[in-house]
Amino acid sequence: MTFLNYLISGISLGSVYAIIALGYTMVYGIAKMLNFAHGDVIMVGAYTVFVAMSSSGLPALPAILLSMAVCTVLGVVIERVAYRPLRGAASPLAVLITAIGVSYLLQNLALLIFGSNTKSFSTVVPLSPLKLAGGQITISGETIVTILASILIVVGLSLFINRTKPGQAMLAVSEDQGAAKLMGINVNGTIALTFAIGSSLAAIAGVLLCSAYPSLTPYTGSMPGIKAFVAAVFGGIGSIPGAMIGGILLGIIEIFGKAYISSQMADAIVFAVLIIVLLVKPTGILGKPIREKV
Amino acid sequence: MNKFAKIASCVLAGTMVLSTSAFAADTWKVGGIGPTTGGAAVYGQAVANAMQIAADEINEAGGINGYQVEINFQDDEHDAEKAVNAYNTLKDWGMQILEGTVTSTPCIAVAAETLNDNMFQITPSGSAQECAAGANAFRVCFTDPAQGTMSALYIGEHGLAEKVAIIYNSSDVYSTGIYETFVTEAESQGFEVVSVEAFTEDSKTDFSVQLQKAKEAGADLVFLPIYYTEASLILTQAAAMEYAPTFFGVDGMDGILDVEGFDTTLAEGVMLLTPFVASAEDELTQNFVSKFEELYGGIPNQFAADAYDGLYAIKAAAEASDLNPDMSISDICEGLKAGMTSITFDGLTGAGCTWDENGEPTKDPKAMVIENGVYAPME
Repeated sequence: MTFLNYLISGISLGSVYAIIALGYTMVYGIAKMLNFAHGDVIMVGAYTVFVAMSSSGLPALPAILLSMAVCTVLGVVIERVAYRPLRGAASPLAVLITAIGVSYLLQNLALLIFGSNTKSFSTVVPLSPLKLAGGQITISGETIVTILASILIVVGLSLFINRTKPGQAMLAVSEDQGAAKLMGINVNGTIALTFAIGSSLAAIAGVLLCSAYPSLTPYTGSMPGIKAFVAAVFGGIGSIPGAMIGGILLGIIEIFGKAYISSQMADAIVFAVLIIVLLVKPTGILGKPIREKV
Repeated sequence: MNKFAKIASCVLAGTMVLSTSAFAADTWKVGGIGPTTGGAAVYGQAVANAMQIAADEINEAGGINGYQVEINFQDDEHDAEKAVNAYNTLKDWGMQILEGTVTSTPCIAVAAETLNDNMFQITPSGSAQECAAGANAFRVCFTDPAQGTMSALYIGEHGLAEKVAIIYNSSDVYSTGIYETFVTEAESQGFEVVSVEAFTEDSKTDFSVQLQKAKEAGADLVFLPIYYTEASLILTQAAAMEYAPTFFGVDGMDGILDVEGFDTTLAEGVMLLTPFVASAEDELTQNFVSKFEELYGGIPNQFAADAYDGLYAIKAAAEASDLNPDMSISDICEGLKAGMTSITFDGLTGAGCTWDENGEPTKDPKAMVIENGVYAPME
């Protein structure tokens, strides 16, 4: 019974990592860049919902839609202002460092606007927890919604990429930007679209992250962002189902590490597992060598 | 005409510069350092505000030995390196006495500097042992080890629990220090520590495992020597898993009722050991609380009270040794050291407080319990 409880804790933590990892992997898969500011876009999304719900009294659904809109605009603006001018720069490091800069910029802006006081986020999930085995096992409504949302996003993104024209354009851009351009694909537009989708996913992730763990500060996004990045690499970066599997496995490993080895060492264990996976299978669980990214 | 006006204004400006610098030697320059931004900003802001209240009161009543007090508060973002930078900024400003820093880790770094300069330092709330290690350093609050010992004593003496679980932050000196002395003292008390679980700065959102283990071990009290931010999450997650032991915190728990959006009914029954309660009825507390509310909004926490007391302790010590701001920094320090150990001080955080040569205060802690959304004294 205890084991099952830990497993459920792991899945619920992992589902949050998974939904964040989807955004990472989407942007990496297509634009071939690590958007380290992704975690902070999540934070912006969560603050938007917090403000919309607590100050303006909006109900949950419009607040989430508003937050998705805000994050989409933010993602496109970041891409246009900070990343696009550096695309094709001599070193791919330039854009990576810019991403770190954007991450700090967003954190400090949030610090200026909202202050550093922790805000307690009230959940947007109206579901009551699911009780099994006579109340000994509880699955929270947030976990159920997060997992369902991750699955929906995985299916939706896969359909979008494989069945629509803009999706096909994304695939082409991810294979070879130069060739895609020669074929008449608007590379900049496609990458902007990728960022738009990735950032609106970040808004959803932010809402679900803060519903599950209701503590909102300007730094809320950064550590889950890094863990989700690990999850994305773990699952095979660029692979959409991989991000989901990687996220959930990472959550389970973290919780089991805490429960059965040492609560202090949880992070060390998570990263040790990552190293081992990368040594054994450098492309991650579902990563296939080079081709078929996304 | 135009030229004349220019010359006149230059002369005027010149005299003004001269007169301010002439005045400067006649005021006490008290510096403050603490996090006014960042994760621990609640504490730094409380201290900065309370220091200003105390300084205004002192100035209105005629200053310290007839000299006005000037406050300059610098932000350190709860970061040791930034705290040392802030200290240097304050030295450039002409600081003579330091009241700070607010949080332990930066305080230890700054204490090394003040010891070098023989600058008097009193930390309102730096509770790690090393914060007041130097002969020039004093503190208003209790040390971490003292908080751990007193908490274990209190739980034991009042028979609050038979089985105790601990959840602490192993990446934080404050939390670890309290945890260690708590466990030591617990051995001689009538309860058993059944579960000890830690978390770190990098994984402080999910506490389900720690709580699950406490629950399984049958703990009827969970000791939380941590800050309120994580404590609010622990309370939320415990409620979600329908685990309702007594939660017992120390001074870092102070502030839990101010977390915006936090369902304070979850904090009902939480106990904490803290030297200050805003709802106390005495005149001193009432006066301070109402001023704080009026000027800054919100109820002052323990850090604010510590800071307020800190400045008044400086005043009392300076008056006991008959100091004036014309003296050198080192002479002021020696004078204040002698003054501090000789005074008996009645403040917000305890009556009849005395300091020993190590800079440690002696006073009685008060145990509080959260009832109907406010801190109420426990019998």
